[in-house]
Amino acid sequence: MTEISAGAGSLFEVDARTRRRNAAETRFRLYGMAAVATGILALVFLLVSILGNGLSSFRQTGIELQVALDAAALDKTGNRNAQEMKKVTTVGYGKIIGAALVDGLAKAGIDTSDLTDKQVAALLSDEAPRRLRDMVLADPSLVGRTVPFTALASGRVDGFLKGRVTMESAKLDSNISPEQLAVVQAMKDHGMLALSFNPSFFTNADASELRPEAAGLGVAMLGSLYMMMIVLVLSLPIGVAASIYLEELAPQNRWTDIIEVNISNLAAVPAIVYGILALALFINFIGLPQSAPIVGGLVLTLMTLPTIIIATRAALKAVPPSIRDAALGVGASRMQTIFHHVLPLAMPGILTGTILGLARALGESAPLLLIGMVAFVKDYPAAPPQGFMQPASALPVQVYQWTQRADPAFVERASGAIIVLLVFLIAMNATAILLRRRFERRW
Amino acid sequence: MNIMQTPVIDAAVLKPRIAASGVQVHYGTNHALKDVSVDILDRTTTAFIGPSGCGKSTFLRCLNRMNDTVASARVEGKILLDGQDIYDRRVDPVQLRARVGMVFQKPNPFPKSIYDNVAYGPRIHGLARTRADLDEIVEVSLRRAALWNEVKDRLSAPGTGLSGGQQQRLCIARAVATGPEVLLMDEPCSALDPIATAQVEELIDELRERYSVVIVTHSMQQAARVSQKTAFFHLGNLVEYGDTQQIFTNPQDPRTESYITGRIG
Amino acid sequence: MTTDTPHIAPTFDREIEALLAQLVLMSGLVERALVDSATALEAQDTAAAERLIAADKAIDALDEQINLDAAGLIARRGPTASDLRLILAVMRTSASLERMGDLAKNVAKRTLPLAQARQVEGATGTIRRMAKLVAVMLEEAMRALTRKDAKLAAEVRGRDVDIDQIYNTLFRSLLTHMLENQANITPSMHLHFIAKNIERAGDHATGIAEQAIYLATGRMPEEARPKADFPLSPKGMG
Repeated sequence: MTEISAGAGSLFEVDARTRRRNAAETRFRLYGMAAVATGILALVFLLVSILGNGLSSFRQTGIELQVALDAAALDKTGNRNAQEMKKVTTVGYGKIIGAALVDGLAKAGIDTSDLTDKQVAALLSDEAPRRLRDMVLADPSLVGRTVPFTALASGRVDGFLKGRVTMESAKLDSNISPEQLAVVQAMKDHGMLALSFNPSFFTNADASELRPEAAGLGVAMLGSLYMMMIVLVLSLPIGVAASIYLEELAPQNRWTDIIEVNISNLAAVPAIVYGILALALFINFIGLPQSAPIVGGLVLTLMTLPTIIIATRAALKAVPPSIRDAALGVGASRMQTIFHHVLPLAMPGILTGTILGLARALGESAPLLLIGMVAFVKDYPAAPPQGFMQPASALPVQVYQWTQRADPAFVERASGAIIVLLVFLIAMNATAILLRRRFERRW
Repeated sequence: MNIMQTPVIDAAVLKPRIAASGVQVHYGTNHALKDVSVDILDRTTTAFIGPSGCGKSTFLRCLNRMNDTVASARVEGKILLDGQDIYDRRVDPVQLRARVGMVFQKPNPFPKSIYDNVAYGPRIHGLARTRADLDEIVEVSLRRAALWNEVKDRLSAPGTGLSGGQQQRLCIARAVATGPEVLLMDEPCSALDPIATAQVEELIDELRERYSVVIVTHSMQQAARVSQKTAFFHLGNLVEYGDTQQIFTNPQDPRTESYITGRIG
Repeated sequence: MTTDTPHIAPTFDREIEALLAQLVLMSGLVERALVDSATALEAQDTAAAERLIAADKAIDALDEQINLDAAGLIARRGPTASDLRLILAVMRTSASLERMGDLAKNVAKRTLPLAQARQVEGATGTIRRMAKLVAVMLEEAMRALTRKDAKLAAEVRGRDVDIDQIYNTLFRSLLTHMLENQANITPSMHLHFIAKNIERAGDHATGIAEQAIYLATGRMPEEARPKADFPLSPKGMG
């Protein structure tokens, strides 16, 4: 029999079969790179579109004014008593601010002859009087003086500075006219108004449709925070305990098999189904207040539990049985083995799973919509625990709400909210990765 | 002169620490151990040898009730430790395992410091009242495992940072820290290089002065070197049990002869 | 040659076979040496005696080779139980065979001076018969060894007493010869030593049989072998 050997020709000559194989492998590598490139392209497209729309929401147009705080109008009794001065509503302050603007325009030499005073005052946001009122009530001694005040400009003015609103669109717009825009332009040239960083985007509550410039994420962020707290406090212990029981203590019979299968199924159930469950169980049957973080927190807990259970089980399974044997061999009981040895080693996996579960919960909107968090919430909920029962909003829900509104300024706001949401998600994922790396070094 | 220091079989001098009679083990439908009766003598190293699947590890794990952790295992028969049946319902396996220690095939120190590794057993069994007591237990155990001189300056270093042989000696120190009467060793040297193996074998000889040692091993040379009594298992039966010298020069059962000389059947 | 089940490693079996083959070859040479030396003695064939003296080197060389191979087997294979007893028995048997070869060589050496001396009537014939008996003992002891036949070995062991008795008879007759005539002393002394050598060879053959018993049963035979080698003083001879 002739020797079958692969070593026939020279090593430096590549035969046809090898060439074909190399070509196939190179093609495969190119396919992979193309797939990755497609993914990255999609991601870039997403980011560019969101950042493009949303970054401008962090800045807001403000009008520099010198406001004469007329004591006669604001403090009828003359006592500078904040309680009594509260009787003066924003209407009164509105008049003062309107006057300040007219004066300011006159001083700057801007021609406002085609506009009525009311139209000039319309350049200001309806939010501005409230801010002035808050400022005065906080410090009544200001009354009687002329103070510098940056007033929030109206949504259309803001849009003009950001390029949303043009002379063309103003002709069709009922809220602003090209004449007003001409004045705005002049103000801008004079330096009376400018775009500046807008921290109130984060601190304000939501505002009505008419005042996109005043809409903020404050309530939504607080609501999300409350819900995350509830989710963390409830789902982590319950999930870990359930996992430990299923993995270590439960007898291996048909019942535990059924439970395991169902937990995996639960992780795949669409979020909106949880919303329906929450509506029926928490709101209708138990009677918890609608739109409250407690309900949102509970439903998100239910959603996160399967994720945590599955991640914890995987982490527990990954602990090598030799550690368990060693602990048992030294005379540790089952519980001591679990708590002293298995759980610490499983911690990185558990933490990662929890944080990823929380990140998912943060971004879920469907179940929250069903429990009524779509409602317009203007006031901050109180501190916990009462705050858990009061109506609140949530970040993803706020995004949804704002996109439903007609004013294009809300598109900018919604994108801004998405950016905030993304920042939180990235931070949570980064924390998960960091924690995992730090704990993995241990053994 | 008896160079093997084989103890003269005098029942009054070396009493059995563990007396097993009629032990049967079923794993589900698999009859893994059939009617095993053997005595493990005090201050003696007993070797269990036999081909794969013969039941020697199964029997070893019966001696400290590690088979309890296997759901499908069913153990019948009597195993007496100092006269008390360890499978009696009143016996807590946790307490038993403080008196019958175990060292495993692959060194498995806890991912804690060397000190904490050795101190864990005494801590959970409440053997030390003060920190000084615990320090002493740790030092004594590490000395008995011939490891003290190598690690006394770095007791807080992680146990997993030691070499293979040192890790196994750490596991031995951990096992003796609870003051057991019997030490069970399941192929303790199979993951070690020849030098570490020789060190551990020498250590077993020292441990024999204080504890009963039972060692399961695949290496017949090791069984011959290390033990005074040898038990040969085959297909779940205890085929022959006797003095190591005699088993390895003139075994009585032909199955033992075949296995020891490396013959088929 | 062994009737045991084969080792899982057939090379091990082959090595043992080779070792035993050498041993059997050596014992064949020793048998021949014993018988030939006695025959040369009877025929006063000094040339044959010289050849025999030279041929002992082959026996010595075999002993050395067997020891080397046995040591190698122990080092490499770590034999236990019956394998261990076999190697030990082979080494001891080789030593016995080498001694027996030396004894046959001494017989041949003494043939040279005896050819010049006066003949003693019938002695060489007795000696030849003795040698033949020892050769047969050796052959059967070797068979008992290779077949691990304890019964055969015990039976061979029992025959040593016959050799002893032949030696005793020859000793008494040589004594008588020496007393008869002083000129007989030199040849008689030579013949006596020759007879003693053959008797010693018989003891060695018995030793080989005892190794066979050790190999087969794991224990050396307990009872002392039957001996009769201190001849009674010739009371009735004056």
